[in-house]
Amino acid sequence: MEKDLLIRIAYLVASVLFIVGIKMLGKTSTARKGNTLSAVAMFIAIVVTLLDSQVLSLTEIFVTILVGSAIGTIAARRVEMTSMPEMVAIFNGFGGAASVLVAASEYWRMAHDAGMSMPVVVGVTIVISVIIGSVTLTGSLVAFGKLKGLINGRAIVFSGQHAINAILFLAVLALSVLVVIDPNMEIWMVGVLLIALLLGVLTVIPIGGADMPVVISLLNSYSGIAACATGFVLNNQVLIIAGALVGASGIILTQIMCKAMNRSLTNVLLGGFGQTGGAGAAAGGGEEIVVKEVGVEESAMLFESASSVIIVPGYGMAVAQAQHVVRELTDVLERNGTSVKFAIHPVAGRMPGHMNVLLAEANIPYDKLIEMDQINDEFANTDIALIIGANDVVNPAARTNPGSPIYGMPILNADKARTVIVSKRGMSAGYAGIENELFGYPNCLMLFGDAKSTMTKVVSELKEAIPA
Amino acid sequence: MNAETLIVLLYVLVLASFVGFELISKVPPTLHTPLMSGSNAISGITIVGAIVAAGPDTWSVSKGLGIAALLLATLNVVGGYVVTDRMLQMFKKKKK
Repeated sequence: MEKDLLIRIAYLVASVLFIVGIKMLGKTSTARKGNTLSAVAMFIAIVVTLLDSQVLSLTEIFVTILVGSAIGTIAARRVEMTSMPEMVAIFNGFGGAASVLVAASEYWRMAHDAGMSMPVVVGVTIVISVIIGSVTLTGSLVAFGKLKGLINGRAIVFSGQHAINAILFLAVLALSVLVVIDPNMEIWMVGVLLIALLLGVLTVIPIGGADMPVVISLLNSYSGIAACATGFVLNNQVLIIAGALVGASGIILTQIMCKAMNRSLTNVLLGGFGQTGGAGAAAGGGEEIVVKEVGVEESAMLFESASSVIIVPGYGMAVAQAQHVVRELTDVLERNGTSVKFAIHPVAGRMPGHMNVLLAEANIPYDKLIEMDQINDEFANTDIALIIGANDVVNPAARTNPGSPIYGMPILNADKARTVIVSKRGMSAGYAGIENELFGYPNCLMLFGDAKSTMTKVVSELKEAIPA
Repeated sequence: MNAETLIVLLYVLVLASFVGFELISKVPPTLHTPLMSGSNAISGITIVGAIVAAGPDTWSVSKGLGIAALLLATLNVVGGYVVTDRMLQMFKKKKK
């Protein structure tokens, strides 16, 4: 029994390291160490499990682990930072799938191979694990498809959607009860699995592309809850603890994202939101917006004489790969004595904190990136607000127009700056499909063209004017 | 599993959830993406279950499912940690 005790202690150590690791992930200075610590915890848990289940002699296990590690490492090293949301989505899906497979394996072993009767508690945990894991799997795959553009990013809605979801949900509950009562009937289990997979698709499909940050966070939470459920199946505390940490983290991020978009969590959990996009365009259409254009030379002159600049980056900047030239702009302006800051809206990018990563990749120090609440009062005392690739997060309609679909969403007060320069490809509406009245404001100048090439021209003009 | 074990596991779940909520509500927005991919890697802890499920000496449907779970969980764990480290490496303070 001494070995058993040692193994339990090792799991305890792993659990503590997970908690400390997550704690350290919460501070920029210690985050990297925290991640390493949590990896160490994972390593301990894996090694201990390998020893405990006496599988050291089984080559297939090692081959599988090696193959998985190799693919995982290559994918993680190659992925572009703009594609992080897709990466997280697909990994979430894998985590969910792993939970389903483990539960299914355990079910098969008990109900089929051994022909044992399955205790009710075990049956319940297995069914929960299969359901949550399946929803996580297909939900994540749909999210991945939407982010990658493989399937239509717009909200896909059809009549009776909620009714169908409700019926499927009740069906899955009924089948679950049957599985628990009569575990030897595999057909019930297959039914649970299939319906849960379908539910995952149906709950994510009605969610529009602009709401993806919420979905990714929520699925992240589900993957944790799925791991938790597997912990109950196997009576293993480390799974429960690690899963609960992830579940909590995902739920908190979901709430933050909801708040940033002025939506309620219930609304998200029921699915079927983000449909405002289509209706919004019609509601927003009033009088024509008349804009003022500005050229590269004039913009450069404005920047040269500015003493303070706030840059509002959006996902469009990353798509245009303009973040590096934006860094150059920052450098040359600072050489001229101009203060440069970045205003980051919580939903800038395609997942929580995405913009921070994209700017960090371009070597922009993180202490220049200011959160919305902290920077919003500064716009009024700022010479230039440069909006690059962002749209809905600076739309004053969110403050003023109760008819607008984004009314009530907290926005960056870029319009309060003395001059607003908008770098934009054309007059197309934002991701939410809404006109932006800011573009017609008297202090707003439009710098049309591809963000990367226009910014490069502005920077070279400035470099001539401001010698190194 | 009996009722008593279940209660103990529920205690663990509830307490761990509270710890999670406390720790993560303080994370600054800058770190939200690494936090998410890092916690995503942690959710790959299912790998422990996968090893157990893949453990039997003889091949069976049950073991096959376990091996499949092991592959996906390993991908999730290794990929998640590597990409998180790659991101966190880029976060730099202003050089003086």
